[in-house]
Amino acid sequence: MIRRAVRFLDARSGAAPLLRKTLRYAFPDHWSFLLGEVALYAFVVLVATGIYLTFFFEPSTAKTVYHGSYLPLRGMEMSRAYESVVNISFDVKAGLLIRQTHHWAADVFVAAIVLHLIRVFFTGAYRKPRELTYLIGILMLFAALLEGYLGYSMVDDLLSGMGLAIGYGVLLSVPFVGANLALLIFGHPFPGDPSFWSRMYIAHVFLMPLLIGGLLTAHLALVASRHHTQFRRRRVNSERKLIGIPTFPGQAPRSLGLMLAVAGVLLLLGGLVQINPIWLWGPYHVYEGTNGAQPDWYLGWLIGALRLMPAFDVVVWNRTLVPNPFWGGVLFPLVVMGALVAWPFLERRVTGDRRAHNILQRPRDAPVRTGIGVGFLTWVVMIFMAGASDRALVFLGISYISQIWFYRVAVWIVPVALGLLTWRFCLGLRGMEEVQAEQEAAVRSARPD
Amino acid sequence: MRRRRKALLAVALAAGLSAAALARAEPPSGIVHQPGGSKQRLLQLGAGLFAANCASCHGALGEGVAAPSDRGAGDITAQGPSLRGVGELAPDFYLRTGRMPLNHAGEEPERQRPFFNSHEIEAISAYVSRSFGGGPAVPEPHPDYGSMTEGMSLFTEHCAGCHQILGEGGYVTGAKVPVLRHANPTEIAEAVRIGPFLMPKFPKSQISDADLNKIIAYVMRTHHPEDAGGFGLGHIGPVPEGMVAWLVAAFVLTGLCAVIGRRLSS
Amino acid sequence: MRFRSKLRLAALVALGFLRGGGRERKPEPIVEEEGGDPRAELVVALLLLAAAACAVAFVVIYALDWHNETQWLGLSLGVSLLLLAAAAIYAGETFIPTEELEEDYPAIEHPEEQMAVDQIVRESGQGITRKRLLIGAAGAAGAALGAALVVPAASFGPLLDTAPFYYSPWSRDRRLVDEEGKPYRADEIEPETFYTAFPEGAYREELAAPLVVVRLDPSELELPAGREHWAPQGILAYSKICTHAGCAIALYRKPRFPPAEPSPALVCPCHYSTFNPADGGQVTFGPAGRALPQLPLLIDSAGDLRAAGQFSGPVGPGFWGVRTRRPSA
Repeated sequence: MIRRAVRFLDARSGAAPLLRKTLRYAFPDHWSFLLGEVALYAFVVLVATGIYLTFFFEPSTAKTVYHGSYLPLRGMEMSRAYESVVNISFDVKAGLLIRQTHHWAADVFVAAIVLHLIRVFFTGAYRKPRELTYLIGILMLFAALLEGYLGYSMVDDLLSGMGLAIGYGVLLSVPFVGANLALLIFGHPFPGDPSFWSRMYIAHVFLMPLLIGGLLTAHLALVASRHHTQFRRRRVNSERKLIGIPTFPGQAPRSLGLMLAVAGVLLLLGGLVQINPIWLWGPYHVYEGTNGAQPDWYLGWLIGALRLMPAFDVVVWNRTLVPNPFWGGVLFPLVVMGALVAWPFLERRVTGDRRAHNILQRPRDAPVRTGIGVGFLTWVVMIFMAGASDRALVFLGISYISQIWFYRVAVWIVPVALGLLTWRFCLGLRGMEEVQAEQEAAVRSARPD
Repeated sequence: MRRRRKALLAVALAAGLSAAALARAEPPSGIVHQPGGSKQRLLQLGAGLFAANCASCHGALGEGVAAPSDRGAGDITAQGPSLRGVGELAPDFYLRTGRMPLNHAGEEPERQRPFFNSHEIEAISAYVSRSFGGGPAVPEPHPDYGSMTEGMSLFTEHCAGCHQILGEGGYVTGAKVPVLRHANPTEIAEAVRIGPFLMPKFPKSQISDADLNKIIAYVMRTHHPEDAGGFGLGHIGPVPEGMVAWLVAAFVLTGLCAVIGRRLSS
Repeated sequence: MRFRSKLRLAALVALGFLRGGGRERKPEPIVEEEGGDPRAELVVALLLLAAAACAVAFVVIYALDWHNETQWLGLSLGVSLLLLAAAAIYAGETFIPTEELEEDYPAIEHPEEQMAVDQIVRESGQGITRKRLLIGAAGAAGAALGAALVVPAASFGPLLDTAPFYYSPWSRDRRLVDEEGKPYRADEIEPETFYTAFPEGAYREELAAPLVVVRLDPSELELPAGREHWAPQGILAYSKICTHAGCAIALYRKPRFPPAEPSPALVCPCHYSTFNPADGGQVTFGPAGRALPQLPLLIDSAGDLRAAGQFSGPVGPGFWGVRTRRPSA
């Protein structure tokens, strides 16, 4: 049976050699190598649920009066976009399940990318010959952020409208050309031309997924052509020889299991834990707002940066050179992205290490990198936490103004301190290992064979 | 009329003196109750309670204490607004929600268990209203007459900026905005008309009684929001959602990876 | 002949990795042998059947009209997938062979191919004598064509014309109306509260339309020079859109002890930019870098509130020219 199928296929495509190679492709085994797979499977769930949702969503700001089955909104004027999402939630069977699964998948997708990035960074997996793979990964992370932002902005509920206004403000704040850029994208000052909704829609359901899918393909192709990195194994020269489990049969059930588990967890969340209940937020109007409006978690670091910025515009001769949102909304993410992109090349230059590496380092093997990485991560995470300081006030009662002042100072001190501490700690760990190795060697040489 | 005022004043002073004596026995910021209060006449009881617990900040005649002073019992800084013309509305709201008395003038009054029982609150409210020039009575809202949908629009326009769209509370520069989960219709109606602490004071010309009913109908609805999607996560949006994404989903899936993949050993 | 040779090749390749597929003789094994584990197989079969049952339950729940439908649907499908996942992972851990392969990492570089590529490109251009001219011309064509292809993107919006940012629906004598369209009378505007106002008869869903109106004690006002008459009876109107990032100023903090302590404040709920209505909308806290634009008011003979002119500056978030011009209708 199998043989006949393979024969049919091979005779027409000549794919058998490739197929054989693929089945016996070796995956080095370590649990942290699976984090990227989690992101991949979350993306698969996103695409599948997203396609389903496109059949019901209407990207239009045309006004309508709601007459669906959710009583508390009946008779309220709203946009077609918002109405269609309320309908997906209440009048499309299984619509709410798919919608919530889609949203959870987005949250988990970015979380998995971040975890994967952390693993890649702290093990030095981005070093030659894998810089391109890494750069594509960084691009995907930022594309995913934009894709997620577009997704929740299209719905036109109270929260998404406020988020869109902030995005507009940030775009406008780009020095010199912000106003032109904003007009080009929105078509008209906020809330934009009606065609802006089609633009967001086509970007969210076609252009960005295409971009992410393309980058993903390139990412995987590069991984396959250079093969995976691995941790050092004692029995072979790991820099030359790769030890791994073949795709088939070894890796297949595990990867398949992980994919099914990702989908299962996301569907369970989608069914049991409410996410973005837009029917409770109500429709958006430019003149309305709610307290405690927050973006999805993966943009929380930007709202934190926007809130921490002291109040000033850079003004020269009555020209607003740099409006305030630029610092937190544009410069900060650009600095983070720039640092991530530049890191492999910076490291090459500073260490002078131009060799290719297939063996991963443990974090302690590169104390400076680990220290800088921990410091950088702490910096971003603290700014992220500052974005939730109003909620910290409501739940913990810590004064908001004190929190803001604390963060304004602490984001510069704590990361440096933690980075230095980590660096010392890595050195200590390494020292301990050296002492241990010396002792073992001494014992071995003292013992007659 | 005049004589009655005088009589009231005399009662107030007498009660105040006896209460002041009692107050010395209590801890500085403690609440003074009237022994055998239930047997006294309502106004007399109110006068006593007022003198003992409220007068240090609001003045013996409800005239308010504009500049901070130390004239109260104990060593608290006393300062408080005038109660002239507040009627029964304000004392009823502040006392029933446990927002008064405060420990220090200037601190934000927050909802807690009331310090006085219902009878005592009635007495103080009646006393404040009768002695300090009358004023609005306790409102009687009828949320059943109001449309929840219109209420949502009104709430979004007037209230959501501070209280959050589902009344989950929030922040306004310098103050914490209370959660509305525990508020009953009367308290909501009172708060809208009084504007407690930093909250705006919405007059009837702005929010009519009919509109107020709609707003209350909506707020009552937010106590039991439609959680069609499952567990509601407190209805405050993406912050708890992000926590679930990280602490539940990412944690479980990373754990699964750790189970499937090998650990670093050789 | 060709067909037959291809067929033979295919058969050989197929033989290579299919165990027991050949009729002729048993080929050399590729996959490592793994001992059978009938109990594990039973467990996996049970997991698969349970997954099937949950999937069937999903279909049934979908067909029925249940209360809490979303929860049941998610539960059944999610558990079904998790059971399948468990089956796959358990099978992988038990009876599916998991052998370790050793192979060489691919060569990092291919010097021969690199040289060949270089050679091919160079040799292909051997016949060219006027290289610079051609490169220049091709560059010009590429650049011009590229530009031509990009130009239609300008239709997305006015690219160079930033006039829309200075548009305002307000002009002298335009009445202020409430959400229902009823004009605001000056004597209705009470202190200690805030009102949202719109230009009469104009479109509301744009940044320059909504106002926030408050009444303060005229003696407490400290408006900038030239705005002495902008607030008749102490009634002030500001744009309701935050100058930081464009959210609606939906919060009003009234003074605790009227009239002044703490100062009244208009606050944006997005990043808590805080503006003082008494002194012309100056920023007192938060990230906004510019005062709130103020709209001058007048009270007409009927007692209605009307705009007395134009905003003190452009409405909404800042940009390059935000301080250079005042808006106009």
